[in-house]
Amino acid sequence: MRDISEHTAGEDLIIKTSVRLMVPFIQVFGLYVIVHGHYSPGGGFQGGVILGASFILLALAFGMKTSQEYMTIHVNAVFNNLGPAIFIGVGVLCALFGGLFLDYSALDKLIPLGPVEWRSFGIFLIEVGVGVAVMSIMVLLYWNLSSGGAMDEGL
Amino acid sequence: MKSLALLATLVTGALLLYGTKDFPAWGDPQAPASTYLSPVYIEKAVEQTHVPNIVTAVLGDYRGYDTMFETVVIYCAGMAVVSVLWRRKEE
Repeated sequence: MRDISEHTAGEDLIIKTSVRLMVPFIQVFGLYVIVHGHYSPGGGFQGGVILGASFILLALAFGMKTSQEYMTIHVNAVFNNLGPAIFIGVGVLCALFGGLFLDYSALDKLIPLGPVEWRSFGIFLIEVGVGVAVMSIMVLLYWNLSSGGAMDEGL
Repeated sequence: MKSLALLATLVTGALLLYGTKDFPAWGDPQAPASTYLSPVYIEKAVEQTHVPNIVTAVLGDYRGYDTMFETVVIYCAGMAVVSVLWRRKEE
């Protein structure tokens, strides 16, 4: 595991230490919000924003370069496109298996779980797509806006 | 050109406001949405989707198309910022 403390962009020890302690918990909480959207308030948008905020916090405390070590620009670009692609791909897959667009019960022909269970699981799949898209695009917006497009040093 | 854009905006806004005149009153129990759509969601959502959270069921299943384009809106925002701001370093 990389030693995060050797980076010097943020000078304040209290900020750096507290961010280092908080980021893993924020990310676990973000994943929880995404996967628990079926049972409690939450879902892809909210969980994606929480996950994105953890990377933005990392960039604020340790500098943009450090956050780009944990999510590189290329991975971010893949995630940007992967999120909507998961969502639309699930919808198209439903249509290919004989249902309507985004009618998840048609996927029962792919893996027989039962049409009702597939509607539940299909919602989960699109929530993951939304979460991936929102997370990576929030980080991308922060990187671009705070560095004026240079993507190297921000706030 | 600017005055033309302003005119187009005002005309579109006026048309949209005119369109709201035909909407049912806010919270009207006799409105079509309250008489058959909401009761169907509340009564059938758990049975049809096995999702205890009705908000998620409506968002992800019944209104999946809307959610899809919400995601696309976020995607477009990201791509617009990238295309306007991102510049490569000259090395």
